[in-house]
Amino acid sequence: MLEIKNLHANVAGKEILKGINLTVNAGEVHAVMGPNGSGKSTLAQVLAGHPSYEVTEGSVMYDGKDLLEMAPEIRAQEGIFLAFQYPVEIPGVSNSYFLKAGVNEIRKYKGLEPLDAMQFLKILKEKMKLVEMDPSFINRPVNEGFSGGEKKRNEILQMAVLEPKLAILDETDSGLDIDALKIVAHGVTRLKKPDNAVIVVTHYQRLLNYIVPDFVHVLVNGRIVKSGGKELALELEANGYDNVKEEAESVAS
Amino acid sequence: MQESMETLVNKEYKYGFVTDIDTDAIPKGLSEDVIRLISRKKNEPEFMLEWRLKAYRHWLTLKDEPHWQNFSYPAIDYQNIIYYAAPRKKPQVNSLEEVDKEILATYEKLGISITEQKRMSGVAVDAIFDSVSVATTFREKLGELGIIFCSFSEAVQHHPDLVKKYLGSVVPYTDNFFATLNSAVFSDGSFCFIPKGVRCPMELSTYFRINTAETGQFERTLIVAEEGASVSYLEGCTAPIRDTNQLHAAVVELVALDDAQIKYSTVQNWYAGDKEGKGGIYNFVTKRGKCLGKNSKISWTQVETGSAITWKYPSVILQGDNSVGEFYSVAVVNNRQVADTGTKMTHIGKNTKSTIISKGISAGFGGNTYRGSVKVLPNATNARNYTQCDSMLIGDRCSANTFPYIEVRNTSSSVEHEASTSKIGEDQLFYCKQRGIDTENAISMIINGFAKEVFKNLPMEFAVEAQKLLGISLEGSVG
Repeated sequence: MLEIKNLHANVAGKEILKGINLTVNAGEVHAVMGPNGSGKSTLAQVLAGHPSYEVTEGSVMYDGKDLLEMAPEIRAQEGIFLAFQYPVEIPGVSNSYFLKAGVNEIRKYKGLEPLDAMQFLKILKEKMKLVEMDPSFINRPVNEGFSGGEKKRNEILQMAVLEPKLAILDETDSGLDIDALKIVAHGVTRLKKPDNAVIVVTHYQRLLNYIVPDFVHVLVNGRIVKSGGKELALELEANGYDNVKEEAESVAS
Repeated sequence: MQESMETLVNKEYKYGFVTDIDTDAIPKGLSEDVIRLISRKKNEPEFMLEWRLKAYRHWLTLKDEPHWQNFSYPAIDYQNIIYYAAPRKKPQVNSLEEVDKEILATYEKLGISITEQKRMSGVAVDAIFDSVSVATTFREKLGELGIIFCSFSEAVQHHPDLVKKYLGSVVPYTDNFFATLNSAVFSDGSFCFIPKGVRCPMELSTYFRINTAETGQFERTLIVAEEGASVSYLEGCTAPIRDTNQLHAAVVELVALDDAQIKYSTVQNWYAGDKEGKGGIYNFVTKRGKCLGKNSKISWTQVETGSAITWKYPSVILQGDNSVGEFYSVAVVNNRQVADTGTKMTHIGKNTKSTIISKGISAGFGGNTYRGSVKVLPNATNARNYTQCDSMLIGDRCSANTFPYIEVRNTSSSVEHEASTSKIGEDQLFYCKQRGIDTENAISMIINGFAKEVFKNLPMEFAVEAQKLLGISLEGSVG
């Protein structure tokens, strides 16, 4: 589904991604871990098409198409979803209005009829149960006055409604207490299907207890220095990133 | 047949008046002679000319225009304006092909029919008789109820007593520089009189007045609702209108007697000038309503997206006990536009109430200023005011300012003021895009959410157009 080859990316003139290679197939869960500043969030943002990031080299093919050529809203309409690390607020626009607009844009792109308010509301209510969100969130302006945990759950709610093919979770676990974490993880797992895929970007192994990855990649200094199965995450938890960094340096030299 | 149609099209229509426009060559400049000429051309009775002259003589004593506003503009040469123009000009272009492509594009987006587009661009409309006959039928229906709805010029001729009674009672000719000028040289406008106990059954709009295809430079409007009467009046339209006259100094007076209600809605999208701000219209308007009677109510709702400069404070004088004044406004400034707008609510009677909801949207290099005054006079027992003033900034080169003036001289009153400022940033837009919503739709969605509270006070047809208009007026404001 996703093929990243030798991806280099800058932000504000500084190179952050220094040659990423990664392949994600349908039905897989990939975890991307690494120390602060390694480029994890950058990778997520670049895949979503954030304008602040400049790709200087490399390619990303999504379902055989050139992802980097697509505008962010097209990427979304093609089924890419980014659960933001810091979701912004949109005052004056209710959660339901916002999501309905997104859903209908995606449906339009696929050549489907738009959903009317009634149809949409029905779907929304069902999905809210998935992330255990109170129905009052339907009419609240997007993320306005939400607690950290509520914002993250709102991201997963949106994911549930939009049903993406490739979901990228950017440090979704940061700022969450254990209960919220479980709800979020539970939501994500229930959305997993054989035809979609998830990339989980995270610092900590903890989330991966609940969203079990098929592959774990360690990102250090803009490069994936090690890949493995879920045991790799446990190893990192036990030994920290230093070991992996050392290994990477020794290989480089 | 063709020839007589042509001749008729080229003549001036004014509810039965047919005058010769060929001899209407009037020089630029302002003087008593010009004013006498204007009055004569309009066949005005003596009292009207006298009033104009009093206003003109007063204008001459005024040293200067006001300087307290939060914007500047190049000096206006009052001698370089033609103060009288024939109401129905010859069609200016032969077909829509000759009209500015940008204007046509906007008309398309607003869903304006081709016939309407032609009318607004000055293209000869074949069905001109239709609009004449539609308006005539409309007026007859209203006439059966005793409602008078006609041009101000006609009212001066046919209903002089009513005009004499109420003209200047809300905005005296001494009120301010531009009102004084208007009182001397006003061209035309609307006159509306709703007799006792009558609720006007339809929304009155300027469309149904003949000779409103061209915007009057110095419009004068007077609306009177007698005891128990009510009316909803719509002014303006969403299509951008160009005018070679840059200064528009209109005066609107509303009078509501006991138990009467007047709702006045405005959607204004006059030519705002080019991206550098050159050539746009100066909209310097004095609008005021007087709740003269007990339990009366006056509501102003405005959506201002056009003009290079918007300078207006639709206000309400709450004289009658239990009277209510409302002001709902969305003002948009983009590129180099500026707005200094707001309202004045003066509480005089007992148990009076006022509500002010102002939404300012700034984009580009626009400067938006809210200026509001809430005055509670000493005998205004139990006066209540609620003011909410919100600003939205798009991008980081625009500005929003708020100048609330609150003067309370009665201890039993309650005055509440809330204000907020928010921004549409790149992050919000990216968030929307990442959910499949493109930039144009995202801005439109966010802005409409912001302006929702004001829009719900607009009559339905205006509300839908206004929403589209907001989206269009903010195109290109980010990125």
